[in-house]
Amino acid sequence: HTMTVREALNAAMEEEMLRDENVFILGEEVARYNGAYKVTKGLLDKFGEKRVVDTPITEMGFAGLAIGSAFAGLRPICEFMTFNFAMQAIDQIVNSAAKTHYMSGGVLPCPIVFRGPNGAAAGVAAQHSQCYAAWYGSIPGLKVVSPWSSEDCKGLLKAAIRDPNPVVFLENELLYGVTFPMSEEAMSDNFLLPIGKAKVEREGTDVTIVAHSKMVTHSLEAADELAKEGIKAEVINLRSIRPLDIETINKSIKKTNRLVTAEGGFPAFGVGSEICAQVIETEGFDYLDAPVERVTGADVPTPYAVNLENLTFPDTNSVIKAAKRALYRTN
Amino acid sequence: SEPFTVKLHEDSFRGYRTETPSLDVEVTKENLLKWYRSMTVIRRTEQAADALYKQKLIRGFCHLAIGQEAVSVGLDSATTFDDNIISSYRTHPFVILRGGDIKSLIGELLGRVCGVSKGKGGSMHVFTEAFQGGHGIVGAQVPLGAGLAFAQKYHGKKHATFAMYGDGASNQGQVFESFNMAKLWNLPCIFVCENNKYGMGTSAERSSSNTEYYTRGDLIPGIQVNGMDIIAVHQATKFAKDWVNSDKGPLLVEFVTYRYGGHSMSDPGTTYRTREEIQRIRSTQDPIRGLQRYISEWGLASEEDLKAIDKEAKAEVDAAVEEAKASPFPDEKELWTDIYSAGFEPPAMRGRDREEVFRF
Repeated sequence: HTMTVREALNAAMEEEMLRDENVFILGEEVARYNGAYKVTKGLLDKFGEKRVVDTPITEMGFAGLAIGSAFAGLRPICEFMTFNFAMQAIDQIVNSAAKTHYMSGGVLPCPIVFRGPNGAAAGVAAQHSQCYAAWYGSIPGLKVVSPWSSEDCKGLLKAAIRDPNPVVFLENELLYGVTFPMSEEAMSDNFLLPIGKAKVEREGTDVTIVAHSKMVTHSLEAADELAKEGIKAEVINLRSIRPLDIETINKSIKKTNRLVTAEGGFPAFGVGSEICAQVIETEGFDYLDAPVERVTGADVPTPYAVNLENLTFPDTNSVIKAAKRALYRTN
Repeated sequence: SEPFTVKLHEDSFRGYRTETPSLDVEVTKENLLKWYRSMTVIRRTEQAADALYKQKLIRGFCHLAIGQEAVSVGLDSATTFDDNIISSYRTHPFVILRGGDIKSLIGELLGRVCGVSKGKGGSMHVFTEAFQGGHGIVGAQVPLGAGLAFAQKYHGKKHATFAMYGDGASNQGQVFESFNMAKLWNLPCIFVCENNKYGMGTSAERSSSNTEYYTRGDLIPGIQVNGMDIIAVHQATKFAKDWVNSDKGPLLVEFVTYRYGGHSMSDPGTTYRTREEIQRIRSTQDPIRGLQRYISEWGLASEEDLKAIDKEAKAEVDAAVEEAKASPFPDEKELWTDIYSAGFEPPAMRGRDREEVFRF
């Protein structure tokens, strides 16, 4: 079997809506328009207007409304057309969704999924190209997922919908149309992946590359290239930003003694920075034979011109370069 | 006791795109005395909080609703625990009225384990099974309330949600976003503007181009209510519940009220208004004295009876304060509970350094 990321997300929502009457989806253009990126295609026809709700362009309002409905026992899937627009609603996500359970001593739970495309798309410039993994990843009370493949998307979105906590589910627009193989197990309507566990996508012994979302593609391509030079890279697909699976990363470092992180977000205070800090604070540090190499987006508001944009986001070569540096090999 | 009909003052209500509630209200002696008692207990409790704050036993922000008792007690009087009430950070009374008690409220203010939020929320973040908080970000509770109403409609329940906010919060964009969605989707949501005339130190006139808050819902009808008269509040709340339960969609209700104290405990409340203004309202519109006058006028209780209630209320509050003070601070393990729902936590959470790690 194969599925595109878009189909996998769609299947996850459909299955969960069939399973639980309390699951509903709301957001801009999710119903009649079939989703700005067609991720919710067909759901209106299957579930009707009660459970597939087109909202006005009113992010803070509908995010707050969705959270209130979760307080009352519903299981909303709140779609943002992109996570850039969720900035208008970030107070609701951080202050209302993430913290109310704690502040109320457990009286008000908040089972909700915030989902939509995150990170850079192509040619959309600064206001529409930003990764929010680090932003939401810093908030206790939230879980943050950043899937890569179709299996990731299906298993993790279903797990997110069933989780009693607020989950921020960061998709990538550039991956929506990419086709991935699906195992028999992943085709099942009970296929769940655990939030908080990374996946070793490729085993290796020479260098560990930790990536999330689209950077997993580049890291696997980099591993292919490195293999041609006899370098065996291990590629870890992070899947989950919070909780961060530092155990799997450390286990790999113990084998390879070298670490490269790869992400599309800004470098400062980013996912790579956090991985470095956690490695240093745990046993991983004792096994490192070289400084950790971070591959990140540039510290620049995303430019529009194609040549400049190309300098802004890391690609396969960026990962190869960093991996070789970690191995003290120069080009 | 036998119900009887009383007539409210003709200025009790004003309407926008709707008729106003009837001025004839059916009441009982039992209810009126109950309301008197509730308002008295609540004022005593707020006064106790004031004292505890001054003794430095209450930390941080503490917002008292002294002067506004008719709004909370009146609103609660016409609702059941199946209705939702969600509000801002001046909400101590709802804890006592809707499933908590004085001890669990004071305990929360003191940060003790007996507090309604286990001491983890404090004054601004109080919740019960029938009161959805207790929210500290001005205006953020309004879309949350629309969401509670959305869920009621989704479940096909004939209940109402009262989404409350102040005159200050009324200018937040998300309040208007909520109005729009509630009207668009015909939600059983009553938007309640508790207009106490000042958002912190800024008077309504200095913050709002239109201070007739009940008219600010565009296509949503509204009523303005004398929020210093508990019988008017009770009647308006019944009217609003009937409104949403007959599928007429949302309604705006403005309770015109007044806070005697400052915005919070750190505000003396006298730099942006005159002492004379406070004194005038206290002596002419006080909600507890107002009800007291009705009770005497209608011969329902003697002055001694009411004094006995006052005394009893004071004793009840004093006892609860002592009990709350005797409650311990939360166990240190509570630092880590409720960040995530039990059974769905991460393996570990970090403390202040790499050795302070809590494993679930």
